[in-house]
Amino acid sequence: MSKYLSIAFILVVGRLVLPLETLQAQSMFSTSAGNTKFSSETPLENINAENKKSQAILNTSTGEVAMRMNMKDFSFPNKLMQEHFNENYIESDKYPTATFSGKIDQAVDYSRDGEYDASATGKFTVHGVTKTRTIKGKIKVAGGKILLTSTFLVALADHKIEVPQIVFVKIAQNITVKADYTLQAVK
Amino acid sequence: MKLLRILILLAVPAMSQAQDDLLSQLQKSDSAQSYPVTATFKSTRVVNGQSVETMKKKHLDFRISHRFGRLNSGAYQFFGLDQATMRMGFEYGITDRFMVGIGRSTSQKVYDFFGKYKMIEQTSGTRIVPVSVTLFGGGGIATVNKELKFQNKIHYTAQVLIARKFSEKLSLQLSPTYLYRNRPEVTGDEKLLLAVGIGGRYKISKRVSINGEYFWTAREKNTLTAPYHDSMSFGVDIETGGHVFQLHFTNSLGMIEKQFIGETAGTWGKGDIHYGFNISRTFSFDKKNKKSAN
Repeated sequence: MSKYLSIAFILVVGRLVLPLETLQAQSMFSTSAGNTKFSSETPLENINAENKKSQAILNTSTGEVAMRMNMKDFSFPNKLMQEHFNENYIESDKYPTATFSGKIDQAVDYSRDGEYDASATGKFTVHGVTKTRTIKGKIKVAGGKILLTSTFLVALADHKIEVPQIVFVKIAQNITVKADYTLQAVK
Repeated sequence: MKLLRILILLAVPAMSQAQDDLLSQLQKSDSAQSYPVTATFKSTRVVNGQSVETMKKKHLDFRISHRFGRLNSGAYQFFGLDQATMRMGFEYGITDRFMVGIGRSTSQKVYDFFGKYKMIEQTSGTRIVPVSVTLFGGGGIATVNKELKFQNKIHYTAQVLIARKFSEKLSLQLSPTYLYRNRPEVTGDEKLLLAVGIGGRYKISKRVSINGEYFWTAREKNTLTAPYHDSMSFGVDIETGGHVFQLHFTNSLGMIEKQFIGETAGTWGKGDIHYGFNISRTFSFDKKNKKSAN
């Protein structure tokens, strides 16, 4: 009986303490200068915006991954559009960030250089609406850096982003998002 | 054994928290930033008067404004809609803070020119700036009277526009104004006119706001030498992505400072109210985006 207890005790303590330890270890890779682009393509008009301050973090020992960006850091070529994006569509005062928090579905050997097709499953939050999604992408390990890239679609309706009827034709119902993050080991 | 189960149960939450920990770690490492407060007003005008907003770099705004006749002119004049005065104008952002504009009003055949510089930008975040301050300077040439010497056709306007976006919905602005006419329209009227404008907007939905504006002039109203009143206007701004429609009711007929601050002949009390609208369309000439998307 006391043997079982002590094993259980070790398990509990181990699980409580381990995450903290791994956070400090070399298994953490991150960036705060990730590139996130999105585009809305319609026959009438293409709209593009870019965020060069996206944050990403990856725990290579557990495969846990998280992304976060401020909506106000998205830059549009047309500043009036940028204003409307923040004010009317994404409501960045109310919902300042977009986030993803999940886990890489495949086992990847991060210690060896190479390129892998991968996917991550987790919680994707935009405009205050959280969806559980599996997002496909690529992981490239090269020279101690980890490159995460992905292209995926976001349906405006899924995230309760309203497009007024009067401008309906100009904004695509599905927005293409391109993410490109180069992660470096956290020292 | 019971103790064992409890201990295992305790261990489970510690695991599931790990994913959110990464996210909160990102939040902690997000270097705190300051952002300029945008969209204090939807347009470069509150109603008639200038707002603190300026056109952004390489963005061109084409504006058409109409004011119709007086509502109290009766059914014969179709409540003013039979008469219309118009101003056409182009406005362009040289930098994100400095813009220039030109316009032509049918009333008094005035050509007007102006520059606007956003000196202080309201900012939130780590560095807080409570208000936006924009300087406005302009002038105009009234070409209706060909007999006049050139210098007598000219007027000058200067304004210090101070505004604060109090919340997502409410913005208020104070506009001290200096107006100098080389030759006032009525003989005996002072050349110099000082005024203070107050204006504001309240958003009733994401894309619609109610605007109001009042200019108090520092002079005796409704005298023989200055048969004028203070300008008061109310309107609705509707923004449709690229276009901003401003519909309003005002006791002023003119659309430039000299006319609506200096020469408002009507009063609200008597029903000398003009219906009017501004339509503005913005084009981007930023080379990063070849298309002149709205």
